[in-house]
Amino acid sequence: MSGKTLYDKIWDDHVVQEDADGTCLLYIDRHLVHEVTSPQAFEGLRMAGRKVRAPEKTIAVPDHNVPTTAGREDPASMPDDSRVQVAALDTNAKEFGIHYYPVSDVRQGIVHIVGPEQGWTLPGMTVVCGDSHTATHGAFGALAHGIGTSEVEHVLATQTLIQKKSKNMKVEITGKLRPGVTAKDITLSVIGATGTAGGTGYVIEYCGEAIRDLSMEGRMTVCNMAIEGGARAGLIAPDEKTFEYCKGRPHAPKGAAWEAAVAYWKTLFSDDDAHWDKVITLKGEDIAPVVTWGTSPEDVLPITATVPAPDSFKGGKVEAAKRAIEYMGLEAGQKLTDIQIDTVFIGSCTNGRIEDLRAAAQILKGKKVKDGMRAMVVPGSGLVRAQAEEEGLAQIFIDAGFEWRLAGCSMCLAMNPDQLAPGERCAATSNRNFEGRQGRGGRTHLVSPAMAAAAAITGHLTDVREMI
Amino acid sequence: MEKFEKLSGIAAPMPLVNIDTDMIIPKQFLKTIKRSGLGVNLFDEMRYDNDGNEIPDFVLNKPQYRQAQILVAGDNFGCGSSREHAPWALADFGIRCVISTSFADIFFNNCFKNGILPIVMPQEVVDVLMNDAEKGANARIEVDLEAQTVTTSDGQSFAFEVDAFKKHCLMNGLDDIGLTMEKASAIDSFEAKAAAARPWA
Repeated sequence: MSGKTLYDKIWDDHVVQEDADGTCLLYIDRHLVHEVTSPQAFEGLRMAGRKVRAPEKTIAVPDHNVPTTAGREDPASMPDDSRVQVAALDTNAKEFGIHYYPVSDVRQGIVHIVGPEQGWTLPGMTVVCGDSHTATHGAFGALAHGIGTSEVEHVLATQTLIQKKSKNMKVEITGKLRPGVTAKDITLSVIGATGTAGGTGYVIEYCGEAIRDLSMEGRMTVCNMAIEGGARAGLIAPDEKTFEYCKGRPHAPKGAAWEAAVAYWKTLFSDDDAHWDKVITLKGEDIAPVVTWGTSPEDVLPITATVPAPDSFKGGKVEAAKRAIEYMGLEAGQKLTDIQIDTVFIGSCTNGRIEDLRAAAQILKGKKVKDGMRAMVVPGSGLVRAQAEEEGLAQIFIDAGFEWRLAGCSMCLAMNPDQLAPGERCAATSNRNFEGRQGRGGRTHLVSPAMAAAAAITGHLTDVREMI
Repeated sequence: MEKFEKLSGIAAPMPLVNIDTDMIIPKQFLKTIKRSGLGVNLFDEMRYDNDGNEIPDFVLNKPQYRQAQILVAGDNFGCGSSREHAPWALADFGIRCVISTSFADIFFNNCFKNGILPIVMPQEVVDVLMNDAEKGANARIEVDLEAQTVTTSDGQSFAFEVDAFKKHCLMNGLDDIGLTMEKASAIDSFEAKAAAARPWA
């Protein structure tokens, strides 16, 4: 019998019951909740007279709708529909007795940044949230994935999910990254190699020297976009960096419990003889700073490339590429570095952590954004914001001409007032370049924080390696 | 949940690949706290212009497809955001079945919770169904969940796979929360065991 993968091990430790056809009842250790995908679930509980089974394992924070400008504690600062949704979360959190970080709390932020920051997310756990970017928490060696609202209600009521096991996929990034290349470039390059459906049916484990070399922040960036490759979840085996990050966090174990936890966490790795259903290997040194040109995260190329010709693709992708190039207002053969931008967005659950802000500030220090550029930084949480202020990063952004905002999802999905107008073109550190994602008719180029900073200075997509 | 047994309906062709849930229901419609009423905004940015007028070329605006109950779509349908508002909007419009070569995982699961049957077929079968859908309102496609077959308007029949448990729930309109709550004692014992093994969790 072959050994087990990390996914196999976490899965086996959480199966409550398995039916003959492989359908499992899987226990959920942490349930993260935000205001957009939960109101109907709480309403469902109420209608059926059900309670939250494990309120102590359920953590709520408003992030998608919230304004990122000063004065937002006043509900009148929000449009009616957003206010109703945030108010519903306030009420549901109180009524059902779950942990809650309202906008007035400095710990508020994007749910996938708050979870790890507060020590809710720990290795070996199962973590779910009504949000596809729950994959982020896989960076801790936690099995974490997004669910729909019906499943949110199922987890609230039963602390379990009905699931079948996915297949195992290994994505190995060997060797070292070159200067100017970051976790964002890794994760986008993997999607470029596999396509947005390449991971469908799989849980990915990222491994290899380039992954081990990443900080926890970088690992979260990599796992965050596993969903963009179609995978149910992304995982990275926990190691000393993971333990170091978790130690002392408010909800991490302490004392003897900590020692016991670490002893267990050290068993969480894929065995040498584990079976993999699919293996992808990229060389770290081959990865360049990348940028997306189209309207799918798989439309990604090194910054030195040109916009591809649609007929260089096959099947349905030919039409999709034509449509994307038209939507994006580009021409085949155009150099990516010739694409002029008017907006820069630094933030999101992909790149809204302290390391991301440091990377962008390093490029921006002593420089100014291009005249007419609208540039904003939206820290991932109130605590990231406070730390960035303490480290002097906020001042670098402000001096360069960036708006320094309060925490939230902001322009990543543009549910709050932070949106693109039709035809506006943005270099964004977020995760999706779909049509209309950042505002109807808006055009999104996904990049790393350093690349976003470089573009803010020059006014066009720029190879950050020329600035370091 | 509405039961799904058999369906004979108009199929609308949407050959575009990677139709994401932002396309299916854009974020401005996610601010609702209800499940109903989203059908009018299904595919909003593809379906209406900036002034809210219908775009005549969009498939569901064409007279022959306004009553469509089935979508035949390109690869990787439903990718992106986990928003269940996507199947809510499809169901509210009247779509009960989507056929594609592949679906994104979360969307696929969400469909079954809302009385929608997502069917995965190989490319060559999707091509046949796409051609049939192109024929318009006179070409009704039949979907039989019990028999696990899809039949074109000219009688070509294709078998499909579906998870047995999901099929059971869909055919009987079952709420799986109720089913799981019957297993409360198994969850209790798991929790007791897990609390001993991993007290920090």
